[in-house]
Amino acid sequence: MTTVRINDRDVDLPEPATVVDAVAHTTGRELTAAGVPADGGRLGVAVALEGEVVPRSRWAATELVAGHQLEIVTAVQGG
Amino acid sequence: MDIAALRIGSYELHSRLIMGTGGITDLSALERALVQSGTTLTTVAMRRYSPETKTSVFSMLERLGIDVLPNTAGCYTVKDTVLTAELAREALETDLIKVEVIADEKTLLPDVIETLEATEQLADRGFIPMVYTSDDPAVALRLEQAGAAAVMPLGAPIGTGLGILNPHNIELICSRASVPVVLDAGIGAASQAALAVELGCSAVLVASAVTRAQDPTAMAEAMRLAVEAGVHSARAGRIPKREHALASSPAAGLINPLEDLT
Repeated sequence: MTTVRINDRDVDLPEPATVVDAVAHTTGRELTAAGVPADGGRLGVAVALEGEVVPRSRWAATELVAGHQLEIVTAVQGG
Repeated sequence: MDIAALRIGSYELHSRLIMGTGGITDLSALERALVQSGTTLTTVAMRRYSPETKTSVFSMLERLGIDVLPNTAGCYTVKDTVLTAELAREALETDLIKVEVIADEKTLLPDVIETLEATEQLADRGFIPMVYTSDDPAVALRLEQAGAAAVMPLGAPIGTGLGILNPHNIELICSRASVPVVLDAGIGAASQAALAVELGCSAVLVASAVTRAQDPTAMAEAMRLAVEAGVHSARAGRIPKREHALASSPAAGLINPLEDLT
């Protein structure tokens, strides 16, 4: 297992873990390797790894190591 | 008369009433208000994903066919603002960003220094920045030069419902702007939304005025009608203001009742 920090919480992911795994774990949705929901539709989620945005196209290729900090954000009511 | 679409950078805005989604917990009430408002563009904030909120607002707007305008609410610095904008673009697949860099939590007034820098960086990165700012006409021009696709001066501080505290400044900003001006923040009643457009604003953003109204759906309709009325009123060309009365009935042909009776 790899322990990473997602939205300020420790999360254990099976190795080798990528950003796709982290997003699937957080949102509870099944994702394709391209980072889109397996059921179609839009995900509406973005990821920052160590303060840098990881584009969806690079989610599958971005491996996570222990201690990595991720922010997984979405749209909420506001403004 | 039809109200033409408004061009904001490469984006085409169809309804002149931009809505916010904050300040209301009942999502179905929000949905009714959004539909009644006729809005085609509505703001959202970007926050950490949580199992409770999931992606419900985003899904709702998508279902209603309303475009999302992510904001950078809660940001105090250029760095946070740019990161939030990048996350929003990635999550929501839009280049639109409502730039909001506030100075402090108490007043929620914009920090125009940070805002200016953030606008420049976001424009360079290919965003369409719609920029929340003070009602300072000099700052509005600077933001435009920095790459703002729309300038969004406040009428009054966020959530106050005080209306347009300095109509002269808003009018001056509009008269000199070569990008659309959107009145943002401060609106409490429909008459104030109409006034904003009469002063020269191309569109109006309304959030709390609708979502915190006693009847959000009714207020949403009032805002839609007010903005439309404002567009028509501005287009019609108002009469000049005068110091003294000017009779609208002719003076010629007046009867003289006293003379007639004797």
